[in-house]
Amino acid sequence: MGAAKPSTGRPLDIKRGRVDLSHGGGGRAMAQLIRELFAAAFANEYLAQGNDGALLPPPGGRLVLATDAHVVSPLFFPGGDIGCLAVHGTVNDVAVMGAKPLWLTASFILEEGFPLADLARIVASMAEASRQAGVPVVAGDTKVVERNKGDGVFIATAGVGVMPGGLLLSGDRARPGDAMVLSGSIADHGMAILSCREHLSFDAPIVSDTAALHGLIAAMLDSGAALRCLRDPTRGGLATTLNEIAAQSGVGMLLEEAAIPVKPAVAAACEFLGLDPLYAANEGKLVAICASEDAGRLLQAMRCHPLGRDAAIIGAVRQDPRRFVQMKTRLGGMRMVDWLTGEQLPRIC
Amino acid sequence: MKYVDEFRDGALARTIAANIFRAARPDREYRFMEFCGGHTHAIFRYGVTGLLPVRVRMIHGPGCPVCVLPIGRIDLAIGLALERDVLLCSYGDMLRVPASGGRSLLQAKARGADVRMVYSVADALGLARRHPDRQVVFFAIGFETTTPPTAVAVLQAAAEQLGNFSVLCNHVLTPAAMHAILSQPGGAAIDGFVGPAHVSTVIGSAPYEPFPRDYGKPVVIAGFEPLDVMQAILLLLRQVNEGRAEVENEFVRAVTRHGNRKAQALMENVFELRPDFEWRGLGTLPNSALRLRPRYAAFDAEARFGLEARPVADHKACECAAILRGVKRPQDCKIFGSACTPDNPVGSCMVSSEGACAAHYSYGRFADREAATA
Repeated sequence: MGAAKPSTGRPLDIKRGRVDLSHGGGGRAMAQLIRELFAAAFANEYLAQGNDGALLPPPGGRLVLATDAHVVSPLFFPGGDIGCLAVHGTVNDVAVMGAKPLWLTASFILEEGFPLADLARIVASMAEASRQAGVPVVAGDTKVVERNKGDGVFIATAGVGVMPGGLLLSGDRARPGDAMVLSGSIADHGMAILSCREHLSFDAPIVSDTAALHGLIAAMLDSGAALRCLRDPTRGGLATTLNEIAAQSGVGMLLEEAAIPVKPAVAAACEFLGLDPLYAANEGKLVAICASEDAGRLLQAMRCHPLGRDAAIIGAVRQDPRRFVQMKTRLGGMRMVDWLTGEQLPRIC
Repeated sequence: MKYVDEFRDGALARTIAANIFRAARPDREYRFMEFCGGHTHAIFRYGVTGLLPVRVRMIHGPGCPVCVLPIGRIDLAIGLALERDVLLCSYGDMLRVPASGGRSLLQAKARGADVRMVYSVADALGLARRHPDRQVVFFAIGFETTTPPTAVAVLQAAAEQLGNFSVLCNHVLTPAAMHAILSQPGGAAIDGFVGPAHVSTVIGSAPYEPFPRDYGKPVVIAGFEPLDVMQAILLLLRQVNEGRAEVENEFVRAVTRHGNRKAQALMENVFELRPDFEWRGLGTLPNSALRLRPRYAAFDAEARFGLEARPVADHKACECAAILRGVKRPQDCKIFGSACTPDNPVGSCMVSSEGACAAHYSYGRFADREAATA
């Protein structure tokens, strides 16, 4: 997605225009779309090089590389859209490794007929998210598929980050006795998406939590707490993430239901639809496993950051060769929090 | 959350649990059947079992709509979707139940059939309005709770003369299944029922009165919240201890003796009794299910497409039938948790979270192995 060749004629009609096949054809129309829409929004020195790839300076450490495709439906939802989601999703995947996110790439798959005005909104939101995160989009690609062969727009992003020396966060490092700390309320994103899907005719003041977590994570690393593992519980929710860590580390977990924050409107929506918030997606939350003696200071550091204000210790890792995640319910009983079965909701992110 | 948290309160649960411990005599076992899958789900999801004395055993009943539907009926829906090019809608869990050859509606969808998950029959009606060129069939399942909405949809379709909407009706009746449980050969080894919550809001408490009278079994109607279930268990214990057998209503905030007459009138208007109907686990039961009345035949998918269900045997190793009758527990089935899991269910009870096997697998199996290894 470079600075592109010169083109003649009128500027893009962003207000009324639509994506057509020529926008992915490699010719002047594509160059114009890239120049007037993408390059203008994402403007940075690497993108301005205008070559097939971005030439980047040596990052000075071990690299983390992550990639994430975004197919969310609807494209615009309360609290965000596919554009900012595509930035946050990949920034978070890099950040939960403990790395400082440096650069992103973005691939757009556009459907013929998609309004340029919507595309411009999405790109603007993506550029704003990238600016706020301080992680520029340094390379990109655009493809167009025929009408009915896509669903408006899909965005795949990849991110590169650099690791501080010596740090190792990994899902296989949880040990019995470790504490589990959650950065805030769960299920906001999943229920926000659900509340605006037309066939549910469900209306609630629920806003997606989509956010870039690397600032919070930097504060957590600075706290000096002995972190074993960080994960952002996206698709499949907190339950799925904890089961993944339990399986990787060969441990069990015991959660305290009363300690897990769920906003009242989100809880009500879950109740209404018969969904369990533990399995609903988040896009701006993380769960940390840390040495139990450091949990207090980690929690304090998290609560000082706007994205960790509602952080809470939600349970502990324990020995269990069966690798079960269990939960003490508010009622005082015990249940399992098993892997998600099937698909709770398609196209959540 | 107001009006919900009150019924999930830990302190109240401890009080009721203490009363249950006091009431349960140490010299005997109590076996109560929660009829509804909604109760089964609540018991597991909130961990109620762990708050009960071991001598109070909960037997999971057949009140799970997708569990009791026999394979032959699901085959009808799959056939319609795959071979007749209809737009077939049903509730989410129904799509995953394996039918003949292990096929499900979800697999039919992957093979190109137009199968849609809907949250309500009104959504199916909406699809019919939006797709006048397609035949839209609503695969209607459920007990008396989901029946009145289906009746409303049929009446709306009739009023709008929606010629492309029909219902493949599988609505079944709760009291018929309770009779079947109690009149099993050798009798049912249960001491009483936790009676349905939502079903009872529709039919009222009166239809359960034959069970104490004719079989000597108490029925306590309870809401779907965990404290409702615990309170109902306490009331059942007291009835058994005192040698009483009555219908008691714990769910007074929603259930009256005669139920929702308007809903009953809707059902009466649209549906009539089938002479008999096959249930998974319970066999063919007379007067246990509904079909559309002849005056609404135009909206009856069975009439429109000339369908007839054929009985199909369950998977040989599957114990769903015995589990639905309350004779076996999920963990007694040889394939529970091995060949049959929620991701790859063999039997219907492993599909819905209201099914005894799925609920036990997803929420409760930690206790089996703890018991086994203790």
